[in-house]
Amino acid sequence: MTGMATSTRKLMQGNEACVQGALYAGCRFFGGYPITPSTEIAEGLARQLPRYGGHFIQMEDEIASIAAVIGASLTGVKAMTATSGPGFSLMQENIGYAYMAEVPCVIINVQRGGPSTGLPTKVAQADTMQARYGTHGDYYAIAVAPASVRECFEQTVKAFNYAERFRTPVIVLTDEVIGHMREMVTIPEPGELEVIARPKPDMPPEWYQHFEITPTLVSPMAAMGEGYRYHTTGLTHDQAGFPTAVPEEIRQKLDKLKYKIVRFADELIQLDAEMMDDAGICLFAYGISARAARQAMYMAREKRIRVGMIRPITIWPFPDEKLREMLEHVRRVVVVELNQGQLIHEIERVAPRTCKIINQTRYDGEIINPVEIYKRILEVK
Amino acid sequence: MPSTNQPSDVTHQYLRVKKKFPNVWCAGCGIGVVMGSIIRAVDAVGYSRDEVVLVSGIGCSSRLPVYCDFNTLHTTHGRALAFATGVKLAKQSLKVMVITGDGDGLAIGGNHFIHACRRNIDITTVLINNQIYGMTGGQFSPTTPRGAYASTAPYGNDEKAFDPTALAKAAGASYVARGTVYHVQQMDKLIIGGLRKKGFALIEVISNCHTYYGRLNKEGDAVAMLEVMKKRALPAKAAGSLPPEKLKDKFLTGVLWDVEMPEYCEEYQKLIDGFKKEKEE
Repeated sequence: MTGMATSTRKLMQGNEACVQGALYAGCRFFGGYPITPSTEIAEGLARQLPRYGGHFIQMEDEIASIAAVIGASLTGVKAMTATSGPGFSLMQENIGYAYMAEVPCVIINVQRGGPSTGLPTKVAQADTMQARYGTHGDYYAIAVAPASVRECFEQTVKAFNYAERFRTPVIVLTDEVIGHMREMVTIPEPGELEVIARPKPDMPPEWYQHFEITPTLVSPMAAMGEGYRYHTTGLTHDQAGFPTAVPEEIRQKLDKLKYKIVRFADELIQLDAEMMDDAGICLFAYGISARAARQAMYMAREKRIRVGMIRPITIWPFPDEKLREMLEHVRRVVVVELNQGQLIHEIERVAPRTCKIINQTRYDGEIINPVEIYKRILEVK
Repeated sequence: MPSTNQPSDVTHQYLRVKKKFPNVWCAGCGIGVVMGSIIRAVDAVGYSRDEVVLVSGIGCSSRLPVYCDFNTLHTTHGRALAFATGVKLAKQSLKVMVITGDGDGLAIGGNHFIHACRRNIDITTVLINNQIYGMTGGQFSPTTPRGAYASTAPYGNDEKAFDPTALAKAAGASYVARGTVYHVQQMDKLIIGGLRKKGFALIEVISNCHTYYGRLNKEGDAVAMLEVMKKRALPAKAAGSLPPEKLKDKFLTGVLWDVEMPEYCEEYQKLIDGFKKEKEE
């Protein structure tokens, strides 16, 4: 038996690292439906969860999977699911429910090519915008994009922390290559990484409001069966959780969903910058593409071309402020993505006007090659 | 006169009286009758309100939980059983009930319905069958009889209706019953039976939507529809001895199926207990 209790250095897949990360974070419920290329996450948790006193359930579809996860989370358990593009699409309505009802949960999307059934066994980063705008209505999303197997572990832990801290669903966007690639990972000792639990009420039930507007805008969350007997609904609701049609209460609810994330974005932004001090050209890449971009940067630096790189690990909320600062003296940004151009629009929004933005994309089911990026650097320098 | 044992007093104790009333239902709607029955059943079985969870989907019937002082979870359309499955599996001490309708439970939620039955998970489901979509304005549902009129079946419904009890039995539920909003005392007993059952229990309750179904099919007001219900309901126990011509236009009521089968959460718990034991040794 491999467990989180023993600090081990182990060769493992990205998907396995997500399993280990989830267990480390204290996840004790998984509801899922088989889909390539994410299945190893379900398989790993089917094996491990009962050993930790947790529960694994294979539901009848992805809609039911995320529903069961939300139901479990309401009983006070850390809960998650894992899927890929088609399943992520099916989950969108209930992910919206989790935003609205402010239920912590983690959704790992091991991305593959799309649209539709697309490329079940091939890589893409084409759900970047879906992770932000996938479900209907106004809301603010949190999504992270690991770029290595070790980061699959760490970011799964972080995703649970964000979910519990902000009472919201959190999306982990990995992809087919990172999910299946093997790298050495040292599993941290318990206590080495921070693990956060959701805020619990410290008031008596008669004072409790399930959606109370607090200074952090995040409300304490009682579990079902603890005597607090609240109502949870996907209808727009007041602070007590009851449906409302009062314009002031409607605005207050949507503001709560927005500002509990926007105001505390600093806690969420994770961003890696390399060799940006003197860089005239910036490579902007995330997830699997960042690995090729880094290699291309080194190739360029060997030729004394001043190239730096920015890699957002948190892609939602988008690091507007940080990027505005960092791109101030940059002439060119090359945005590297495995899609037809998604995060590039965010860069266009925040980069200074003097900065030229160029895309370097690939969407043929293959990962991008450092040489392709290097050649683009030579073209645009 | 002291009246502490009157049934209405029991129901009033469990309502979120100050917060939510008046309710959304039309005057004469059968759903309120079912709500009373559910509350009396919970009270009779002796569950505390803290341990009871009412889960519902979308539609007229799914508005029921909000009025009740339990843990209440009003979910997305058709998904109540899937949410409830997560609740029950994660915290088995909770007494989980699902309140659904014919559209919510059998059309958009049909897949979850058969799989919840198949798992035989310990959830008591009350499916309020008024044979039409009420909330959206009288469209035909999976239980609208062939030939009946609905706002989306202006020339009569061409589709065959589901029998939810037959579906539940075939899919693996361990307790299946049918009642009506006319036969209230029987309904109380059927829901009590479902709550006491370890396993998936379905109680189909035939209800009236006089606002849409009654009006479009010229079946009259709430009282007229209740009278039809009274005429058509036939206790399952009595049906066996009757000749086929006497069963025409009737539907059977009472407990239709009641068997002992392994319950999903208990089986999973055995697995957890096994690992726990292994660790201790």
